[in-house]
Amino acid sequence: MPVISTERLTKRYPGVTALESLSIDVGDGVTGLVGANGAGKSTLIKILLGLTGATSGEARVLGHDIEANGLALRSRVGYMPEHDCLPGDVSATELVVHLARMSGLPTSAARERAADTLRHVGLYEERYRPIGGYSTGMKQRVKLAQALVHDPDVVFLDEPTNGLDPAGRDEMLALVRRIHTDFGISVLVTSHLLGELERICDNVVIIDGGTLLRSSSVADFTRSSAQLALEVVAEPAAALAALRSAGLEVTQDGALLLVELRGDETYDLVRDVVADRGLGLVRLEPRRHHIAEVFDEEATHVAR
Amino acid sequence: MSHADSSPTGVIHNIGYRGYDGERLARRAITLSLYTHSLRGAFGLGRAARSKVVPIGMFVVLLLPAVVLAVVAVVGAGMGQITGPVVPYTRYAMIMQAALAIFVAVAAPQAVSLDLRFHSLPLYLARPLERVDYVRAKLAATTTAVLILLAVPLVVLYLGSLAAGFDAGRESVDLAQALLGAVLFSAVLASLSVLIASFTARRGFGIAAIVTVLALSYSIVSSLQGVVAFDADDPDTAGWIGLFSPMTLVDGVQVWAFGVSSSTPAGPPSDLAGLVFLVVALGVVALAYWALTRRYRKVKV
Repeated sequence: MPVISTERLTKRYPGVTALESLSIDVGDGVTGLVGANGAGKSTLIKILLGLTGATSGEARVLGHDIEANGLALRSRVGYMPEHDCLPGDVSATELVVHLARMSGLPTSAARERAADTLRHVGLYEERYRPIGGYSTGMKQRVKLAQALVHDPDVVFLDEPTNGLDPAGRDEMLALVRRIHTDFGISVLVTSHLLGELERICDNVVIIDGGTLLRSSSVADFTRSSAQLALEVVAEPAAALAALRSAGLEVTQDGALLLVELRGDETYDLVRDVVADRGLGLVRLEPRRHHIAEVFDEEATHVAR
Repeated sequence: MSHADSSPTGVIHNIGYRGYDGERLARRAITLSLYTHSLRGAFGLGRAARSKVVPIGMFVVLLLPAVVLAVVAVVGAGMGQITGPVVPYTRYAMIMQAALAIFVAVAAPQAVSLDLRFHSLPLYLARPLERVDYVRAKLAATTTAVLILLAVPLVVLYLGSLAAGFDAGRESVDLAQALLGAVLFSAVLASLSVLIASFTARRGFGIAAIVTVLALSYSIVSSLQGVVAFDADDPDTAGWIGLFSPMTLVDGVQVWAFGVSSSTPAGPPSDLAGLVFLVVALGVVALAYWALTRRYRKVKV
């Protein structure tokens, strides 16, 4: 049973179509929902939660129809909104305990789960201080904790890395990955940055202008690349010539040389050429496509 | 589990995630939980210390005169000077209405404006309760808060009367009437105030708007009543004017239903008028509730 499935889901606002006949299936694991700002990512999540109604079409989350079974659905789903949504004058502990109770946990269980969850997202002593004094990174963690506190079966994370510095971004991404690997909770995470999602997602759904551009596993996206990336001490141009004379297909990408991979023997050949010519090997590794490249191709294709 | 131990973040330690298989309460229990949380919030409990100042202060302001009056009753009765309460229970809300207005003007924005200001509504609406549950919980909590504020001094007055040795049967009936009146006062004040507060995310605006509506309507209505009743010598019309401010409206219901003395220059002039006062008072509550549900059906999250 898919975690999320939508059937010709359409949302029109006066003058704007946010989603246009979107049909997707999302399985368990970490699924990235990617699209430019305004592509309809947040709208899709809000419709799935019943925060806003769809104009037409159907959708199910965890087998629950979003229209008919909203309460049952929302008791097993966690939601981390994109924008700031935390009251400033209560502590993280108080807020998360309260919201755990709002998800239906009895008081004692709510206290216990809130303490556990805050610890899991990396909030310790500061959780007793009012949220108003928190950094953006800490606020994002509180937002994540309240989405997880009732041990949902799936969480919707809307731009969890928004506003974070690079280090905070990495920590948040690692945390998102752990939600699935360690906590066993499926994740739907949105971002307008493909690069960060391909690191943590099993599957990626790309939407643009409210329509589905592509939906497939990250492995599918990145497998297609069969190149070796080579970096040497010598001049790239000289190395390029040497490798080509050995019968390899090579292109240059800045300081990197990209060698077409034909099989394991390609590794040996490259190694031998580098050793014989004394090029000085710095790095030799299989190169993976980034989803962004695929996305760019498809986006331009669609634009045409 | 070794996966996370070796994670590069170095900040997040994995102490082992435990799932939750315990009881999950349904919508009604969740609404009740939101109600108690909001009721505590109305008195500033669970909020910053500065949020407690006004509610607790107004509670004391309302309670102190009742304590003094209770003492006066005991002492006065002991000296054989008085045989009944100095102030009728039903008039206490009218006499102390300024403190009551300030309390509800702070409590209502506390209940609803903060969630609007901090954009916290999505956190509630993404959980297993409906929008109407949110409205009901907030409205009921604010009503209860006002009722507590009003009922506690009434009970103190009553205990004073009992201690003074006044007729217990008569006092009990009077108290019951005053408590019924207090329920209506609370419902009318709370529903109007929450409705006003739900239209602003700024707590200051909410407080100012509520105080203005309550105080202004009362001063206009009561002075008009005075002019019409005494200068124009037309107490019937003066009585009808009482419909147009929340405090005089509920006081009119008390005057008609319980035959108690009016706190305004004129009460409802006839039984029909009294009935109209009651219907209007209940109508105000119903209308405010309806408007609130509409407001929250459309509120953007």
